Amino acid sequence: MKQTISVLVENQAGVLNRITNLFARRAFNIESLAVGTTDDPTISRITIIVDSGNSVVEQVEKQLNKLIDVIKVRTLDERNLIGRELVLIKVNATSKTRQDIMTICELMGARVADISPSSLTLELSDTPDRIEVFEDMLRPFSIKALARTGVIALQKGSSNI
Amino acid sequence: MKIRATAAIMECLLEQEVDTVFGYPGGAILNVYDELYNYRDRIRHILTSHEQGASHAADGYARATGKVGVCFATSGPGATNLTTGIATAYMDSSPVVFLTCNVGEPYLGKDSFQEVDITGIAMPITKATYLVRDANTIPDVMREAFAVAATGRPGPVLIDFLKNVTAPSVMIDYEFVPWTQNRRLGHIQALANAHELKAPEPNQDDIDTLVDMLAESKRPLLICGGGVVRGRAHKEFRELAEKLDAPVAITVMGGGGFPGDHPLATGMIGMHGSKASNVACDECDLLLAVGCRFTDRVALQPETFAAQAKIVQIDIDRSEIDKNVLTDHHIVGNARRVLEQLNGKVGTFHHPEWKEHILPLRAPSVPRESEKLTPKQALEVIRRMVPEDTIVATDVGQHQMWSIQHFHFTYPGQLLTSGGFGTMGFGLGAAIGAQVAFPEKRVIHTTGDGCFRMNCHELATVEHYHLPIITVIFNNGTLGMVRQWQHLIYHERYSETTLDRGPDFVKLAEAYGLKGFRVTTQEEMKEAVQAALDAGCGCVIDCVLDMDEMVRPMVAGGAHITDFLLH
Repeated sequence: MKQTISVLVENQAGVLNRITNLFARRAFNIESLAVGTTDDPTISRITIIVDSGNSVVEQVEKQLNKLIDVIKVRTLDERNLIGRELVLIKVNATSKTRQDIMTICELMGARVADISPSSLTLELSDTPDRIEVFEDMLRPFSIKALARTGVIALQKGSSNI
Repeated sequence: MKIRATAAIMECLLEQEVDTVFGYPGGAILNVYDELYNYRDRIRHILTSHEQGASHAADGYARATGKVGVCFATSGPGATNLTTGIATAYMDSSPVVFLTCNVGEPYLGKDSFQEVDITGIAMPITKATYLVRDANTIPDVMREAFAVAATGRPGPVLIDFLKNVTAPSVMIDYEFVPWTQNRRLGHIQALANAHELKAPEPNQDDIDTLVDMLAESKRPLLICGGGVVRGRAHKEFRELAEKLDAPVAITVMGGGGFPGDHPLATGMIGMHGSKASNVACDECDLLLAVGCRFTDRVALQPETFAAQAKIVQIDIDRSEIDKNVLTDHHIVGNARRVLEQLNGKVGTFHHPEWKEHILPLRAPSVPRESEKLTPKQALEVIRRMVPEDTIVATDVGQHQMWSIQHFHFTYPGQLLTSGGFGTMGFGLGAAIGAQVAFPEKRVIHTTGDGCFRMNCHELATVEHYHLPIITVIFNNGTLGMVRQWQHLIYHERYSETTLDRGPDFVKLAEAYGLKGFRVTTQEEMKEAVQAALDAGCGCVIDCVLDMDEMVRPMVAGGAHITDFLLH
């Protein structure tokens, strides 16, 4: 089962290294990982998605809690979270196919980030599921390059970590 | 007050009441050693032969005293030589602060001479690592490092100073704050709030639940783990065991947490556990493990481990709960605090039938009569002749198991052994650390010929500091434990385990200025031990043993705990 772990850490050199190191050493698999600063520039938020059983996630949480640079760890409630990911997809586009691609973009709410005579670069911010749908729809046009940021997530409502 | 950055390092050591450090100097750490020269009347530095020896000595010092050990080393190879010692301390939760120096800021990341990313290397084997690039942070970092090493579940911490930070011209603001007060300062306070730097107070409901479970149990078994030793909870543990009238199995790391000769003690548990301990584990209806992480050497087969029992775990580290074995109940907290509170609430019980069933299974420790010296005879001779409070440092392998089976440890810090990491070559360094800490006590170092060869150059340290350590080599001309596995599991294919080679350990001891004895019989053993006890200097006793001696009993790795391969 996929689970989202949100970790607040000190924004210092080597912290990300320490966290990924822990995942490698304890043989926890990371599905996705995203890092960025929070409203407090001394604190970063790391959002990690793991696809493992509850006992593994519990171990991950406990082990993360032991790291000195980790301020807070929370496994987010899956039914009650907002998870978003940004994807950039460069797809082959000629004058013949461009319109079909644009229709998909409109339906999915994606934007055109760049255009060239033979390609379109599209951007979409959405849930991982919808991003996968978007990717599947574009595959017939031949995807030249794709980059995903990894999911960032917050709990819905006023609850906070 | 402005003082030199290096003086601040020394003052911070004094804040922590450090009076002894172990180490080895070198280029990058020259400035720190230059400052140490000014402090040599207050901080005693023990110079070893090799950084690894220093790391084990600082670890042994920490284990024997319960204080934080301190170890210095230079950059590059000096730092990497520490790593086995750091990992050893980490696996056994021993509080040691390692101080290394690195190249100066302009040379960092340039693959400069003797440069290595030691904070990166040490990351998975420390509680925390610090790279000090700004001299002003020295007091904070030093205080935090000691707090982190000593509190909660203890463990090693590494601080790497850039050389320019330690330059004699660098002056920083510093004010002496004793360690009892400096935990309220700066970042440590925030850290303490977020990380329970102090162990969490045991939950009262959890304790009440356990009290009820203990009252219902007809066949309780206690496991004394390393947490009892590390938390110095031996008195409380003994009180609990006696109130419950329950058999007590002792893990390798738990040696000294419960008296080995106590009427309730059933000896070691697990791979080389006694029949009494392992059968009790299999048949008990309640297993209460204190400070034990159920490693693969104890819970050999986690699925069937204590299958009839409700398993209860008391541990200071939340991440140990349910990590290896699923528990029915747990209490997170410092062993001493939890047991204190438990003892206040738990009643007194009697389990005569259960004890009658388990305790007679303890193997009689009568040494087999033999012309040639046997390991049991050798240990029996030592046990009878040395003072009761003798500290025993071991290396790793057959002699380690024999030593733990035969000596009866009665207090924490009496047994120094690398239980988690299984580091060959740990013993002599650890013995040095213990003897430096307790000059008045007798320290015995038991080792094998394989282990001893790994770090025997520390005999130079033994000689130089006049440490009367007695090294007893269980010399069977083979890597005994590996040979035992080859014999039992690998169809007697003795691949690269026969150590038919020098040196002559008696001559080696003499070359280092120590006394050496070679013994082949029990009588010679008695004479040698007496001579060593009277010698007033370090001694090496080379016990010539049969290479086919085996550690008994034995359960194979991954097997059910009562499926003995050897009885």
